Amino acid sequence: MILLPCPWCGPRDSEEFGYVGEIGARPDPRTATQQQWRDYLYLRRNVAGWASERWYHRMGCRRYLVIERDSTTNEIRQSRPETPRSKP
Amino acid sequence: MAETRSGRTRQGRYSALALLRHGVTGNAWSPAWRSHELKTRYQVIIIGGGIHGLATAYYLARNHGITDVVVLDKGYLGGGGSGRNTAILRANYLTPEGVRFYDRSLELYGKLAEDLNFNVMFSRRGHLTLAHSDASLRTMRWRAEVNKVCGVDSDVIGPEDVKQIVPDMDTTEAARYPILGALYHPPGGTVRHDAVVWGYARAADSLGVHLQQDTEVTGIDVSAGRVTGVRTTRGDIAAPIVINATAGWATLVADMAGVRLPVQTFPLQAAVTEPVKPFLRTVVVSGTLHVYVSQTARGELVFGASVDPFASYSTRGSLEFTEGLAGHVLQLMPSLAKLRLLRQWAGLCDMTPDFAPIMGPTNVDGFLVDVGWGTYGFKAGPVAGEAMAECVATGRTPQIISSFGLDRFAQGCLVGEKGAAAVGH
Repeated sequence: MILLPCPWCGPRDSEEFGYVGEIGARPDPRTATQQQWRDYLYLRRNVAGWASERWYHRMGCRRYLVIERDSTTNEIRQSRPETPRSKP
Repeated sequence: MAETRSGRTRQGRYSALALLRHGVTGNAWSPAWRSHELKTRYQVIIIGGGIHGLATAYYLARNHGITDVVVLDKGYLGGGGSGRNTAILRANYLTPEGVRFYDRSLELYGKLAEDLNFNVMFSRRGHLTLAHSDASLRTMRWRAEVNKVCGVDSDVIGPEDVKQIVPDMDTTEAARYPILGALYHPPGGTVRHDAVVWGYARAADSLGVHLQQDTEVTGIDVSAGRVTGVRTTRGDIAAPIVINATAGWATLVADMAGVRLPVQTFPLQAAVTEPVKPFLRTVVVSGTLHVYVSQTARGELVFGASVDPFASYSTRGSLEFTEGLAGHVLQLMPSLAKLRLLRQWAGLCDMTPDFAPIMGPTNVDGFLVDVGWGTYGFKAGPVAGEAMAECVATGRTPQIISSFGLDRFAQGCLVGEKGAAAVGH
């Protein structure tokens, strides 16, 4: 079992969470070119190692959070609340 | 070609007579492939010694006479996805592009043992995809019609027919997810995955291809938009053509050449039980229950699941998977309650947004990809190798893979294979 530290609920089983994915900068839809927008939609860094990613505590507080996880070992370093301007 | 002939002669053909001769004389078998010095220059470098890389090397040599080829693997041949999949073959996909592609692969698998002079134990035992809801039954009908138009044998059958094919299946309405019907695909089946890898390796080797294990690629050299070679843990190699045929590490290898991929890597877990007498004739798949089951020639039941719920490069198994799997299998076949699991493992799946692969040239000249194989790479090995070899030899993308180019994401022309590839194997 993998425990995820929810900033609001404390350490909880990862099964309670939904994995949203890696955090990338979202281009402004009003000014982005088609190429930039499709890169944003589809391309992934797919980091092997430490990365920040977005999770959703769907069976708990139902809030979004940002977790730092090593994708090669699933070790978790820290979590913080999701803010509207979470940057990589 | 002299090397080719001498290679084949030295190695000898596998046959009943050879088996008898070795049995009587007690002579040791010669290794199935040779080891070579790593040259500093090749015509084609293939990164990844799994079924895709080896098949590409084999068809380059056999179909196009290109034998100055090296296959590099950071571990041992077939140690990645090729040795971790559940070895299920089928062609009952959803899109016409997909159906034609995988049907060609089945055709190649059908004559592979003869072609490679290696028993790959292809067993055409039929493939059942169960429908537990109106929505999945609708998708099965859709798939059956697409399959028929493409000349692939597939049909929707009712629960009574399912019961006849698999008597141990719980087809009652008391089940939590009652079986409403199934997509039956008689040409599907299973194959021995290690044998396919070894067969391609042996055949490629006898045609003059170099196989280099324990050789990890650490960098790819690109100059003025053209690939010039790779750097490895055993030295640098120059080549005008480099093919990325890795799975699990496809994005990391592509990054070395400056090519970005729409790929995320997820582990997929599988498990195998202790052996029992043969009772399961076909491959059984349930998308709703996230499980597929087949029985090997040794009698073990092989179980696979859908990918893990979050992206990772870790191949550690999880208890959640084992619990979920056991519960789901018992819903299908309650009589398996006393069967014990022998082991579980995980393989890495490079998932693409549309559940279709990424094949062909990239924006770096000479750097080709054969990646994004998600959960469907093994069954596509032969056709992928054949098509990639043609792509290299002719410099043009063959028709059969023209829909799978990397540029489809920028153009918004996705293939949309999720309905037939998400869990169904």
